[in-house]
Amino acid sequence: MEYEAVIGLEVHLHLKTRTKAFCGCSTEFGNTPNTQACPVCLGFPGSLPVLNRTALEYALKVALAFNCQIQEFTKFDRKHYYYPDLPKNYQISQYDLPLSRNGFLDIKLDGKIKRIGITRAHLEEDAGKLIHAENFTLVDFNRAGIPLLEIVSDPDINSPQEAYEYLTALKSTIEYLDVSDCDMEKGSLRCDANISIRPKGAKELGTKTELKNMNSFKAVRDALVFEIKRQTGLQDLGQAIVQETRLWDEKSQQTLAMRSKEEAKDYRYFPDPDLPQFIISKEKIAEIQNTIGELPQEKMQRFIKDYGLSQYHAKILVDNKEDAAYAEICLRGYPQKDKKVVTNWLVGPIAAIASDNAVSISGLGIEPKDTIELIGFVENGKISNLVGKSVLAQMAKTHKSPALIISEQNLVQISDEASLERDVNLVIQENPKVVQDYKTGKESSIMFLVGQVMKKTGGKANPKVVQEILKRRL
Amino acid sequence: MELYQLTAHQLNEKIDKGEATPESIIASLDKRIQEVDHKVGAYVRHSEFRVQSSEFRVKGIPISIKDNICTAGYPTECCSKILEGFKPPYDATVIRKLKEAGLDIMPLKTNMDEFAFGSSTENSCFGPTHNPWDLERVPGGSSGGSAAAVAADEAVWALGTDTGGSIRQPAAFCGVVGMKPTYGRVSRYGLIAFASSLDQIGPLTKDTRDAALLMNIISGYEPRDSTSVDTAVPDYTKALVNDIGGIRIGIPKEYFIAGINPEVKKAIEEAIDKLKILGAVCKEVSLPHTEYAVPVYYIIATAEASSNLARFDGVQYGFRKSDQDMIEMYKKTRGEAFGEEAKRRVILGTFVLSHGYYDAYYLKALKVRTLIKQDFDRVFKDCDCILTPTTPTPAFKIGEKTDDPLKMYLSDIYTISANLAGIPGISVPCGFTKEGLPVGLQLLARHFAEETLFKVAYSYEQSTPWHSMKPKI
Repeated sequence: MEYEAVIGLEVHLHLKTRTKAFCGCSTEFGNTPNTQACPVCLGFPGSLPVLNRTALEYALKVALAFNCQIQEFTKFDRKHYYYPDLPKNYQISQYDLPLSRNGFLDIKLDGKIKRIGITRAHLEEDAGKLIHAENFTLVDFNRAGIPLLEIVSDPDINSPQEAYEYLTALKSTIEYLDVSDCDMEKGSLRCDANISIRPKGAKELGTKTELKNMNSFKAVRDALVFEIKRQTGLQDLGQAIVQETRLWDEKSQQTLAMRSKEEAKDYRYFPDPDLPQFIISKEKIAEIQNTIGELPQEKMQRFIKDYGLSQYHAKILVDNKEDAAYAEICLRGYPQKDKKVVTNWLVGPIAAIASDNAVSISGLGIEPKDTIELIGFVENGKISNLVGKSVLAQMAKTHKSPALIISEQNLVQISDEASLERDVNLVIQENPKVVQDYKTGKESSIMFLVGQVMKKTGGKANPKVVQEILKRRL
Repeated sequence: MELYQLTAHQLNEKIDKGEATPESIIASLDKRIQEVDHKVGAYVRHSEFRVQSSEFRVKGIPISIKDNICTAGYPTECCSKILEGFKPPYDATVIRKLKEAGLDIMPLKTNMDEFAFGSSTENSCFGPTHNPWDLERVPGGSSGGSAAAVAADEAVWALGTDTGGSIRQPAAFCGVVGMKPTYGRVSRYGLIAFASSLDQIGPLTKDTRDAALLMNIISGYEPRDSTSVDTAVPDYTKALVNDIGGIRIGIPKEYFIAGINPEVKKAIEEAIDKLKILGAVCKEVSLPHTEYAVPVYYIIATAEASSNLARFDGVQYGFRKSDQDMIEMYKKTRGEAFGEEAKRRVILGTFVLSHGYYDAYYLKALKVRTLIKQDFDRVFKDCDCILTPTTPTPAFKIGEKTDDPLKMYLSDIYTISANLAGIPGISVPCGFTKEGLPVGLQLLARHFAEETLFKVAYSYEQSTPWHSMKPKI
């Protein structure tokens, strides 16, 4: 039987506020355990929480960017469960009146747009971190109380690749908003997945499993691929799928049932009496809406429209906010009407060098005006394409201007026929077989000869001129 | 007159005149505590702390503090084994304010029902406190230690906390003045929570002037408590004027029904007559949802308590019963260290918040709470304050109600509504029974109208002798 997967994702996002959600402790990552803790985030008797205004504003910013309806009247609730990393044995979270609901995020899939619903996004506090040693367990409360935004998707995702695209789009949008580091390795973005399968076309949902412990978007995709296979296998054998939490094991590349016995959980949510319920005014929402600016989706559409980019290229360029800004300066600054050549340089050689150096395009440290100048030099024939690429590599290394590199190393392209005559003659003499091929009608052979001339001139020969000479001579 | 018998304002005068020093006051109090506290039991751990020890430096008038208000470096245990040895790393906001006002914080904490769960101070891991007027009777609770200390002259004045009557009821039983401020008037930061939406810290004093002085010090908005309210704090001593001509006092008929002790009823009726003579206009009013106050309270208060007490698990502080298994450690720690009443309330609160019961109990209780609030709003449209007995009976015998929690819960029947509505209340002495037990008069006013309470209480006090009576111990 053919099955269809039904996937919903739960993303937990650390908001990068300076201080924690309900106290004044620092949120800095990676410091000595328990040096960023106070009576409030340690849940000491008598301490009281006070909401961090910035955390609320960041949360609203994300919610608005994901087209959510903002809950005008909202509150915090206590979610109870016993665990040593949870100092009060309840988490301050939001239950029936979350900050926002009913949003969506559009993802691109095989050139088509798919809209993924966002059920809700709400604010809560993070727990501490358990560090397990052989015979004992330690608790680090530095993380306890860091503001978390939980973003729950609708079960609109139907494949592991869709899940991957959703997470990429979500991350890209949040990076644009500059409210989280979105670093899965540091735990500032975490993702759990709910997945079930059903016969294709069926309406009823199958029994779902919850997948945890994925440390990258790729791991989320891999875990889902595995889980679909596992559930399909069980279904085909007529065996029941058990509703349970399963952990992704990166080493063995499989999901494993969590060992702890699964009890029916009752979190006994109730409104936190320490935090008065409050109203988010229309003015506040408008004020935050105004700080959002252009998001990747909008920017992509604009790039396509304003600069004639293909959707594929536009998507690559807008993914990172800084790169998009860099690209836009180059595109706008390039004096010719046709911007295609600029795009080709950005997504081609420039992206390749950036990737080799493990930085983003904007992180290469090349001034946009130098990039424009370099492209101009290649286009007007001052240097060859080949030399252009080598100049680019040097620009990334030395941050010198292309004009300076070209003049220092005498790299100006040779277009003067007289100067090229000797090298062309030599190549014709040295490659009688290729010459013969060309003459007998294999026209593409001429490119090999052009290449040989380029080699002899150290890439400086103008290939068009060389080709013309060759055509005339043969 | 011994120094320990005086009020804070009298002691201040003596200091100003050079007739007393902080040292002589503390010496006098220390002597009194040594003399009578083995009978009264107002303080806890007093074998470990002599108030005249070298670490206790005197510089002002001393004040005694209930064991659930955090005092940095000194044990704050809520009279519960689970907080055994807990010394908070910080002072509660009220403690900081008292220190800033030049007061000395007594290192001895006053006894209380465990986590303020009770109306008799019998539920303390340190044993019961005895009523100074009759040592076989309870001082009321949960701030029974603070009330008894003030009544027995073992304290100049004291702080208590009131969640359902825990200041006013013991004040009535011990013949002292006790005020529960408006919810939000005094910062709760550093008060170990029982029921966060009901708890308030307030004064227990020998007269209304001391209560006003203390309210001046502890009141006010504080950013660390989101439920404290940002409104100006008046000088409450300015309300201490003997002038209540024309003041409108409502007498709720629902408070004078079956169950009220005839001697209490008589004392209240005499007090009403006295107030009328002083110029007050008294009339009968109705608070129709009064009968639901006790059940609503025991749902909301226990729900919040079950959540607030979740943190006492043996992990970070206090008592721990170790076990190889984490869940077993939680169970053994909490099972062994919580007293019977604490367990009862945690279980009740857990139940009413459980899936499937929440709507029927907790949510419904919240709705009725709103109705109770509206009752008061309606009455305060044509009344400046409400007068009721503080308690239906005078102090009962130790052990009399310990086997019957419901009977015990009903001793707060007149005080609970004020906490549910968030309004301020004061209890002042208004007479004695034939057996010589004090009777308390409760006055309630609208939110942030503590001045009205002080004005009426002060005027009444000025024309009656009750507040100056002393028990023989």
